[in-house]
Amino acid sequence: MFAACADPKSIEGLTWAFCYLTSGKHVDFYWSFVVVLGLLAITAPAALGIGFIGATAARSHIAPVSWLGKIYIWMVRGIPDIIFFLFFVIALDQGLEYLKSLAVCEGGAWPWQGLEFRVCREAKVPLGASPASWHQAYGLGLAVVTFAIVFGAFVANVIYGAMNAVPRAQLETAEAYGMNRRQVFRRILVPQMWVYALPGLGNLWMILIKATPLLFLLGVKDIVYYARELGGSKTQAYEYPHGDWRLWYFLGLLIFYLAFTSLSERVFARLSRRLSKGQATSGGEAMRKAAA
Amino acid sequence: MKKLLLATALVTLSGAAFAQDVVRLGTEGAYPPYNFINDAGEVAGFEREFGDELCKRAGLTCEWVTNEWDSIIPNLQSGNYDVIVAGMSITEEREEVIDFSQGYLPAASSAYLTLSADADLMSGPVAAQTSTIQAAFIAENGMAVVEYATPEETVAAVKNGEAVAVLADKDYLVPIAAESGGLLVLLEKEEAIGGGVGLGFRDSDDELRGKFDAAIKSMKCDGTLDAMIIRDEYFTPAAKTWGDGGKEGC
Repeated sequence: MFAACADPKSIEGLTWAFCYLTSGKHVDFYWSFVVVLGLLAITAPAALGIGFIGATAARSHIAPVSWLGKIYIWMVRGIPDIIFFLFFVIALDQGLEYLKSLAVCEGGAWPWQGLEFRVCREAKVPLGASPASWHQAYGLGLAVVTFAIVFGAFVANVIYGAMNAVPRAQLETAEAYGMNRRQVFRRILVPQMWVYALPGLGNLWMILIKATPLLFLLGVKDIVYYARELGGSKTQAYEYPHGDWRLWYFLGLLIFYLAFTSLSERVFARLSRRLSKGQATSGGEAMRKAAA
Repeated sequence: MKKLLLATALVTLSGAAFAQDVVRLGTEGAYPPYNFINDAGEVAGFEREFGDELCKRAGLTCEWVTNEWDSIIPNLQSGNYDVIVAGMSITEEREEVIDFSQGYLPAASSAYLTLSADADLMSGPVAAQTSTIQAAFIAENGMAVVEYATPEETVAAVKNGEAVAVLADKDYLVPIAAESGGLLVLLEKEEAIGGGVGLGFRDSDDELRGKFDAAIKSMKCDGTLDAMIIRDEYFTPAAKTWGDGGKEGC
């Protein structure tokens, strides 16, 4: 990358360290942090959206809709994340390819043949001819959808509980004012439930951050993959031979995650103070007394 | 109409148009000198150069992907890539689930890497990578086996004292012993396991296998394969080659 690094075996000391830390593989490693942050940035709002829909469905007065919401929450919450991840990514991928094969393949043979999953070449998602970046993006996309579905169920449960925690009297008063069901939901229930949901959502955000190494399980080259790959001892076959440095790389990840979750904790504490203002909760009451 | 819409949506989703087919080569990327990820972040090693040469001869466009060793066969079957190029020995057990090309590396010996030259292999577990011929060999020969997902971890296990020795391909262990500063040594005792290394294909991919088989044969015939094997950065001049046996039927 840099002229000074043209012959890594002949340099030492700080120059070596500098060249080592800017090698192509290290740049990939730094990028993988961006990938993880990007995943969080997409997954969190998606899970929040799915969770909100799930909770609303579970509270619905229409029985089948309510069942659907409850079954979703029950199923995802009851299955270990890792199993759901391993199962869902393969199921989603093969399901998608099966649907596509119905449309584009001749003959339409049943694809699950013995040990192999076989669809015609045109039905592959992404196509075999697509560049590697498409395959990576597709893998990451599957991961995002799976994360959103799994965490959506937890979010749904938190929001469902928060909606039930809004004092009944508030809703009755609204009804007494002549608001219909939809108006009560939009004007009274939703604005008030956030303050009850926030501690639970904050917890889920922490768990979501800590769950990102699951990406590694899905074959996405995330920070755990690179830490292990870079830290492993390297013989002279490599440009920068070194001993087993995995401990230091994993220590780096540990610090990264700790710093990230600490920062999140602070943001949530601040958000909670803001939302409690003027609310009929113990937090809001404490703030009112302090001001008086 | 519905089908048409679905097809359009999925074709758009899958990105590229029906361009020239790309053959995806799957490897582990953690087993020098066979295959590893170099410092530029690319697949390198003997199999990189060998695989690229095969694709050139067969007139195919190829692309490299890496996959964990323990799921390398299932992911071939589910179509994540088309060929396994990962120093995989041809065994009967594997023949039952995938098809192999002809061998491209003659059966090489496996060696034991230990902390001392007089280590007793029966005194504790011997480490090997999961689902390798070495792991099966240890178990079959009455030693206790302890398996790890990556070759790296097997060596670390010996350093930590969790295992008495590692059994792995000698070509992988030699540089590790040489560069350990005397900490790790190879035992005199070696094992001849496996029937040579071949490319792995799905059972249904006979046409592709045929193309690669022809390319391997042509590399054996003009001697380029042997020349590549004995290069210093790969298996050194001491390595077994195909020699005249490889030129039969050229």
